[in-house]
Amino acid sequence: MPIVKLVSEYFGNEQARNLDWYQKHGGYAAARKALFEMTPKQVTEEVIKSNLRGLGGAGFPTGKKWSFVPETDDLPKYLAVNADEAEPGTFKDRYILEWDPHRLIEGIIICSWAVGIHQAYIYIRGEYVRPYRILKAAVDEAYQKGILGERVLGKDFKLDLHIHRGAGAYICGEETGLLESLEGKKGWPRLKPPFPAVVGLFKCPTVINNVETLAHLRCIIERGGEWFADLGVDRNGGTRLFALSGHVKRPGVYELPMGTPFRELIYEHGGGIVGDRRLKAVIPGGISAPVLRADQVDIPMTFDDLNKAGSMLGSAGVVVMDETVCMVEAMHTVAEFFAHESCGQCTPCRHGTGWVYRIVSRILEGHGSEDDLGTLMHAANYMTGTSICALSEGASMAYRGFLTQFPEEFKYHVRHGKCDVKEKRQAVA
Amino acid sequence: MPTITIDGQEIVVAEGTTVIQAAEKLGIYIPRYCYHPGLSIAGSCRLCMVEIEKMPKLQISCHIRVQDGMRVTTNSEKAVQARRAMLEFLLIDHPLDCPVCDQSGECELQNFYMEIGRYDSRFLDNKIKRKKAYPIGPHVILDQERCILCSRCVRFTDEVSRTHELGIFERGDRSVIDLYPGKRLDNKYSGNVIDICPVGALLERDFRFQCRVWYLQSQESICNGCARGCNTQIHYNTARPYKSQGRRILRLRPRFNPFVNRWWLCDEGRYGYEFINKNRIEYPYLRQAGQLELSDWDAALEETTRALKTALEQYGPESIGVIASPQLSNEDLYLIRKIFGELMGVKDIGFKSPWEKPGYQDDFLIRADKNPNSRGAEEMGLTSDVRTILESTGAGRIKVLYVFQHNFNAPEALELLRDTSVIIYQGTNWNQTAERAHVVLPSATYAEKDGTFTNFEGRIQRFRRAVPPLEESKTDFEILSLLAERLEYPLVYSDPGDLYMEWRGQSYEEMDPYGEMLG
Repeated sequence: MPIVKLVSEYFGNEQARNLDWYQKHGGYAAARKALFEMTPKQVTEEVIKSNLRGLGGAGFPTGKKWSFVPETDDLPKYLAVNADEAEPGTFKDRYILEWDPHRLIEGIIICSWAVGIHQAYIYIRGEYVRPYRILKAAVDEAYQKGILGERVLGKDFKLDLHIHRGAGAYICGEETGLLESLEGKKGWPRLKPPFPAVVGLFKCPTVINNVETLAHLRCIIERGGEWFADLGVDRNGGTRLFALSGHVKRPGVYELPMGTPFRELIYEHGGGIVGDRRLKAVIPGGISAPVLRADQVDIPMTFDDLNKAGSMLGSAGVVVMDETVCMVEAMHTVAEFFAHESCGQCTPCRHGTGWVYRIVSRILEGHGSEDDLGTLMHAANYMTGTSICALSEGASMAYRGFLTQFPEEFKYHVRHGKCDVKEKRQAVA
Repeated sequence: MPTITIDGQEIVVAEGTTVIQAAEKLGIYIPRYCYHPGLSIAGSCRLCMVEIEKMPKLQISCHIRVQDGMRVTTNSEKAVQARRAMLEFLLIDHPLDCPVCDQSGECELQNFYMEIGRYDSRFLDNKIKRKKAYPIGPHVILDQERCILCSRCVRFTDEVSRTHELGIFERGDRSVIDLYPGKRLDNKYSGNVIDICPVGALLERDFRFQCRVWYLQSQESICNGCARGCNTQIHYNTARPYKSQGRRILRLRPRFNPFVNRWWLCDEGRYGYEFINKNRIEYPYLRQAGQLELSDWDAALEETTRALKTALEQYGPESIGVIASPQLSNEDLYLIRKIFGELMGVKDIGFKSPWEKPGYQDDFLIRADKNPNSRGAEEMGLTSDVRTILESTGAGRIKVLYVFQHNFNAPEALELLRDTSVIIYQGTNWNQTAERAHVVLPSATYAEKDGTFTNFEGRIQRFRRAVPPLEESKTDFEILSLLAERLEYPLVYSDPGDLYMEWRGQSYEEMDPYGEMLG
């Protein structure tokens, strides 16, 4: 399938950050259309029709999420924009923030109008210094030109937009961890229910949307929900940004219609494997998504198809690994990350992540046993369905992915106390 | 109101009840660490997971609220396996130093592990080292390695004491409970974190290494530290007096009473039991040639009887003054009123020391009146003005002054007492009144007798004898009964329960466990 440039239209264009240029090229027309020609309800309906799904990773239908917010006005409603992009392998939101910040602001205006929000917050990953500076400049300019503030685009509709920088915790990308952090507390995910749509930021109804999700709104309003839905397949509307990294010749962010197979992304757009070596494994959607084997790359990239394959599309951060990668080592890297980033609030994640990391480290050092593999599986199994938030589930899925997709490599490690892939790699070199 | 089935038993509960609470109503105890009925819901230990029909995932019963028709299984294979897995997770970085841990024997980690734990460890890696035996305040010592991060203590300091000393620092398996920089766990209620800590992470400095908990005996009591009347348990040990420097009472623990103290007890009350062990009057004393000399009950009671009889015969009941104590039980006060007021005809019976300054008070438990039974003494009508009584003593009208418990150490009081012809002191500990007395009758503390106190709100609450009266001391009931016998007053009470029955028309057994309101 061809590259379709909707959200990625201005990637690489230095001009697009400039408000005048953005407006001259049709920018904020969609927001104007929404504000002046559509009722909030009509906007929500259009988004529901578009089959737009949450592109932070969970894939929850966006319009439906908005419709959970109570329509009453007794409490203020908030929008929290999740720009805490920290899933390893994922860097798509960064491109939007750096190249096209006004598209995000426009999406924020459209969403706020649809839901009746007058205060919006962008929670941006602390390490994203450059994206923050660009975004900050864009927001300031939007205020100066009357696009944000007391009268958005001249309409009697108030919207304030604040940028809040994170302090480096992966867990603050979890939506309720994000809310806690935004409130000035430790980023510990909340117990659900109640869900943020009802009790969110400062105990008020809150919509939490990912950067990319909001960035898609401009095109949806411009060209209609049905048009967007038709770009994708089934219940997976439109296009999506795929962040391609690893052993490919042309890593980067590619916007493709939902349903494009991985093979096409890797070999056509990514130019194939570095050194024309053999593909070994693909992590399809950030490291929480269970790894796929090379023989599974014809799966279409949709939320639903990957769920069927026992993995997930997640944040669409595609990590490609060639034949020189040791899967135990790969799992070790993943396990280290989760052990480091677990917030420590609930038992299974706090101890499970640390335990798995210690076992995999030991296996890697050549001191593992077959029993350890059973223990790893046990720990992973009880990290699912037992935790407060999805971090534990994600870690568990990732661990099980490695263990079930590449069991022979783990067995080799525990039986021989060494790695055959590494030996082969050295032989090749 | 929703009907819910738990382990096959049906129950109707109020809307908004959580499953763990509903189960408790049925007598089903679901294992838990972070859940505490007096604190907000943390939902983090994941131990209370139960299986609920039509829900694919296990649910934490502390958080999920009942819905009509809900069918819950608390001990399904799936739930037990998950719980076992959580316990295994919790032990990964736990030091397993039970043999030297003071919590051993009352540790929830031990208890639940006994029940459903996995006995053969498959943890082969290094455990994380943390701070151990680290005093964090005047009463509490912290062991971070034993901590399971249930956050009860953090929530207590945030929500109940509202003093915010404790927090959870770091993240993942490096998480630790610790003090915020520059703080100490030094508040009026700090001891409660020890009670609510389910493991050996927070321990009592006062009690640590004094006694293994399985040697402790326990008795229900009421704190005598102030007018609140917090419900307590006295933990004591009479079997091994050679341990703990002969300390019989080893610690106090709060006992749940929804109308008085809920689950809590202030430090003042918790650590205010020292007087039971120390500085006690152990034997009767008589003043001979200006000196208090060791005596015996026969002689002391004989002297008391003689003094009272002489005064009565020579000057009538106006020559006798009685100062009862708000530290005494209702039963004692009732008996004082009976013997001295009704039978002897004494008018001057008071209880309230004018020299006692109101103490610290807050909007939670602690009351300014540091006596447990002022309300009871008022109710008994023993309300003559104590200053007037002492003035009459100084003026010579009152010849025999019978003082219970009071320490008259104020200069004005000492001056008034100087010329009193006879002071009979009946009390538990040595003080300035005892030192000036002519007869000293050693009485038992509240931990050594049965009775009731009436708290400031008018709630009558029962306390029970934990340990026998120290050495030769006797309960006030016994002393007064013996005295009545010698005074040839016909009394028919065989124990304080008879007095309570006469006073309230109710037996101890018939009392509401949370106490009876006056009136």
